[in-house]
Amino acid sequence: MKSNLKVFLKGIIDVSPLMIPVVPFGLIFGVLAIDVGFTPIETMAMSLIIFGGASQIVLLQLFSGGASSLVIISSVGAVNSRHLLYGAVVSEHLSDLKLIWKIIISYFLIDQAFAISNEYLKKNKDHNRYFHLVGGGATCWVIWQSTTFLGIILGAAIPEKLGLSFAVPLTFLALLVNDFRKFINVIVIIISGLVATFGYNYIPFKAYVIVAALAGLFTAMILTRKNKKV
Amino acid sequence: MSNWALILYCGLITYLTRFSMIALIKKEMFNDRIREILSFVPSAIFPAIIFPAIFINDIGLIEIDDNPKILAAIIAMFIGIFSRSIIATIFSGLASYWFLIFVV
Repeated sequence: MKSNLKVFLKGIIDVSPLMIPVVPFGLIFGVLAIDVGFTPIETMAMSLIIFGGASQIVLLQLFSGGASSLVIISSVGAVNSRHLLYGAVVSEHLSDLKLIWKIIISYFLIDQAFAISNEYLKKNKDHNRYFHLVGGGATCWVIWQSTTFLGIILGAAIPEKLGLSFAVPLTFLALLVNDFRKFINVIVIIISGLVATFGYNYIPFKAYVIVAALAGLFTAMILTRKNKKV
Repeated sequence: MSNWALILYCGLITYLTRFSMIALIKKEMFNDRIREILSFVPSAIFPAIIFPAIFINDIGLIEIDDNPKILAAIIAMFIGIFSRSIIATIFSGLASYWFLIFVV
């Protein structure tokens, strides 16, 4: 069996390639948060407390649009719901873990660490295999906090003319690259996008994110059902 | 609600989702049908952020003409489809956007 440190280091090495896109994402977040009107300390606290790129960007986007807190919080919840599927996969590997470890690991359970450690957990059954997940998560943590910090500092120096807020839709677009090849996904993407765009001014309380997501899921339900009958 | 309370609540809901993933959710809880629907969640939710950020302008109106973001996003999408790279998608989109607003 490998030592705890070795497994931890392996987690760091394995997750490193996935950190490249995290760097611009963190920078953009830092810059935009200041731009939208959060103080540097609040911005840093968001990265420390929430520690989730998509959640934090959605918070900014809706906050700047003047959405109410309740709508912002439920939209963040909706964005996170995409992780529930992971739960079904990852809980299998972590079922014999002590509760205290589950409480700690939950903080580090982000997309990148999960994606990498899932492979490792499948192949290794050593009782210290979780250190791999902690290693990957800790790496993301360091990158995310330091790029947020850098973004806060750079924010003042970056001219507004560059239109860096356009990086937000691009980042989310990038998260969908694998879905553009699937027909049903493309339909769902178009429906959700159209509902959000045309409902932007008409759906009350800026709840357009949730309404559009539900419309998209409903479309997916109908299309996948039809698929089966054929 | 103060900014601090908002940050705390958003942090709490993010953490609870992650905690429930490893502590509460079991494989048996989702049948194939639910799993199939859940796999569409990213496709259903991300466009709700992407589309308005591209098509809605600063004063909250839909802008189609004279909107360089549309072409830049389309270029980024095609780069994304062919490269399957997150970073290439983001940078090709930004580069095209800057090209369109500063050069063209």
